[in-house]
Amino acid sequence: MRKVAIVGIGQVPVREHWDSGLREMAVRAILDAMQDADVRNCDALYVGNMLAGYLSDQSNLGALLADYAGLQVSEAVSLEAACGSGAAAFRQAVLAVASGMVESAIAVGVEKLTEHSDVSPTNGLATAADADFEAAMGLSFVAINALLMRRYMHEYKCRKENFAGFVINAHDNARHNPHAMFRQAIHLEQYQHAKLIADPINLLDSSPIADGAAAVVIVPAEQAKQFAQPAVIVNACEVGVDTLSLSKRKDPLKLGAVTQSTQRAMQTAGINHTDIDLLEAHDAFSVMTTLALEAAGFAEYGQGTQLANPATIGINGKLPLSTFGGLKARGHPVGATGMYQIVEAVTQLRHQAPDAIQVSDAKRAMVQNIGGSASYVVTTILERDKA
Amino acid sequence: MDLPRIWRLKSQRYKLEGSQCKSCQKLSFPPVQVCSDCRSQEIEPFRFAGKGSVYSFSTVYNPLTQFTEFVPYVVALIDLAEGPRITAQLTDVKPEDVSIGMKVEMVIRKISEQSDKGAIVYGYKFRPPIK
Amino acid sequence: MKRLLQPTRETGIVGYGAYIPRCRITAKEISTIWRGGRDIDNLPVDEISLPGPDEDVVTMSIEAAQNALLRAGISPDEIRAVYTGSESHPYAVKTTGTLIAEVLDIAPHTSAADLQFGCKAGSEALLAGVGLVGSGMADYAMALGVDSAQARPADELEYTAAAGAAALILGPATEAVAVLEGAYSYVTDTPDFFRRAYRKYPEHGNRFTGDPGYFKHIQASISTLMEEMQLRPEDISALVLHQPNERFPRKAAKTLGFSQTQLETGLLARKLGNTYSSSALLGLTAVLDSAKPGDRILMAGYGAGAGSDAFCFVVTDRILTMRDKAPDTHTYIYRTLPVDYLTYARLKGKINTGGE
Repeated sequence: MRKVAIVGIGQVPVREHWDSGLREMAVRAILDAMQDADVRNCDALYVGNMLAGYLSDQSNLGALLADYAGLQVSEAVSLEAACGSGAAAFRQAVLAVASGMVESAIAVGVEKLTEHSDVSPTNGLATAADADFEAAMGLSFVAINALLMRRYMHEYKCRKENFAGFVINAHDNARHNPHAMFRQAIHLEQYQHAKLIADPINLLDSSPIADGAAAVVIVPAEQAKQFAQPAVIVNACEVGVDTLSLSKRKDPLKLGAVTQSTQRAMQTAGINHTDIDLLEAHDAFSVMTTLALEAAGFAEYGQGTQLANPATIGINGKLPLSTFGGLKARGHPVGATGMYQIVEAVTQLRHQAPDAIQVSDAKRAMVQNIGGSASYVVTTILERDKA
Repeated sequence: MDLPRIWRLKSQRYKLEGSQCKSCQKLSFPPVQVCSDCRSQEIEPFRFAGKGSVYSFSTVYNPLTQFTEFVPYVVALIDLAEGPRITAQLTDVKPEDVSIGMKVEMVIRKISEQSDKGAIVYGYKFRPPIK
Repeated sequence: MKRLLQPTRETGIVGYGAYIPRCRITAKEISTIWRGGRDIDNLPVDEISLPGPDEDVVTMSIEAAQNALLRAGISPDEIRAVYTGSESHPYAVKTTGTLIAEVLDIAPHTSAADLQFGCKAGSEALLAGVGLVGSGMADYAMALGVDSAQARPADELEYTAAAGAAALILGPATEAVAVLEGAYSYVTDTPDFFRRAYRKYPEHGNRFTGDPGYFKHIQASISTLMEEMQLRPEDISALVLHQPNERFPRKAAKTLGFSQTQLETGLLARKLGNTYSSSALLGLTAVLDSAKPGDRILMAGYGAGAGSDAFCFVVTDRILTMRDKAPDTHTYIYRTLPVDYLTYARLKGKINTGGE
């Protein structure tokens, strides 16, 4: 397999886009990515999306978006892995180019959550869990994460305030991201008094659902130098898979799929934890950030929240986290999230981030997109092209 | 109205019927077709007794739409006495009285209903033992 | 003319079970809401039992039936009928009994039917079950009286319309905790209380429900049964009457020549209200909970419309070993969660959420 590189990125702001449909947002992101790369066409289109069929009555997104983006493609298809749909599409694009089947590919993640007349996004998101034995029993997706958080706090005698640092950091960074949904700082007191959604998870533990689309253009690495933008090499893009239901895992606090995908990615890229300059983590819930950091090996089990301080995860810290606000503050347009993470990491590695959130001399980024309660996890290692 | 699904799942919902691997005796709920431990496909139904203890729990304030009438309600992961862990609601208990490790027993309750003209879904929930 | 109903095969109750949901609202609270508390010293009951948000006739039936099965110690698949008496079946069309039978492993080799006859649907189910077993057609039948009663906001009925369930398994007398000695049924067409199809709340004739309704029918059934069986009040250990409130059964017992002591054990209305189809049956389960072998129990249900079924049982030795196999009636009576009127209104679907 040959190495591939990202040579174009595009994104629309994460918002409630009342005036744009699924196709307008996705096409905008695709066209922006192609303009960024200065290309007129790509061979294949991979779409990451979770809920278009459920909320927008629209499936078969590959053909729809290829048509509306004016692409002449040999393949166009949509992939679904709940909140990990974006990374699923990205990985497919990477594999397609890496294998030599195509010479260029676009990966786009898109989600339209404000489009619902009869059905609620809460019900839609719950389809990420077991429909017959979790959602049918009244578990929202938040509730599933709340079960993890409660158990975590019980087992590790961890106070709720310990999670606050992740949330404060994400909001702090989002202030400088024009595409972020929430661009205001928050304080510990606000976190402590936020209203409960599913005890112990409160509003500020949770990422907001919103609309959005983000896209990248992928080409073989050996061609990357022909493009205008500094190329970013995909050094690894590896998956881990676990049971869909929490109840079937021996220890739900140890996210096996995170461990697998992280280890595989680091092995493929030939790096270890200290080689990473920044981490775009899947901070859909503050407990998920914590569990993922532990399972990925950045902290011992039970110690994850000790990282939640500016000296560690701030822009100038040892492991800058959620540098554009993460899911928490940039927003979490489900199937687009994984693509926003890639676009943001690429921006960091090109050294094109707004000054306040540019990680100085960023060379290597890790991006982790998680589907379900870590049932499908994609870890990507991106590296600034040395040339 | 999801009538076929209500009908198809009644053994699980009404009787807590899971499965047991004939080869390694591993118990599962919900039932499986392949043993997750030994990969055997020799599987037979197994009825759980409905006793267990709370592994974790949460009180839901923002429900799925078909659960609106029950808010706030408590969901839990429950360790069944026979081994497997199950996801279910707790009932007949105030959220503030639930604790991890608390003993619970199965009861049949109304799980949800889509509307006043739709079918009613009945099935397992768990409560503190009555005696 | 033989008026007494007696099975050809000796038949009795081989298992019994109670269930009462734990929510309670006080009559005082209702009085405060609708009458400014002006009748607070003269309330028909202290409090009423209410189903929780996830409870209805099906779920209450199942727990009562489980308790009956625990006591009977028989295999559920030996039961050949599930007769469920209620005026609050969750479906207008679709049997409550099939659900009960399926959940409890009684199905599929069984008949199932839902019965309705005001508050005596439960005793009607009992009579039907006795018929099946007493004729020798089947060895076991299950009879349930279950209700989650409705009352229009501000209606006097709100003070008493309650919820509960009782299940009786009928079987051969040799296995019974209480053997049936005789029964008698009495009906006339009396429009004292009714609910038209598609209506949410019932209508009633206020004081008309008393003399021409409850008293006439329940006194007729008890006195005829006693006359036919040549029984006198002193032959009876416990009298259980349908209890729409506390006053009615007390007054009827007195008129029939019984002492209030004979009524006491089976009179639950002050704590529960009127549990409709389960009212008399729960009185019976409470009496069985503390009965001695040889005790003779008279029970009469009453249903608007109107009619009364009366039964005479004699308790056997088996009661001593059987009754502790399941929670007794008072376990449920004492298991309470007080709620205010708003919660009550929510639980009973009295808050209009704008649906159809």
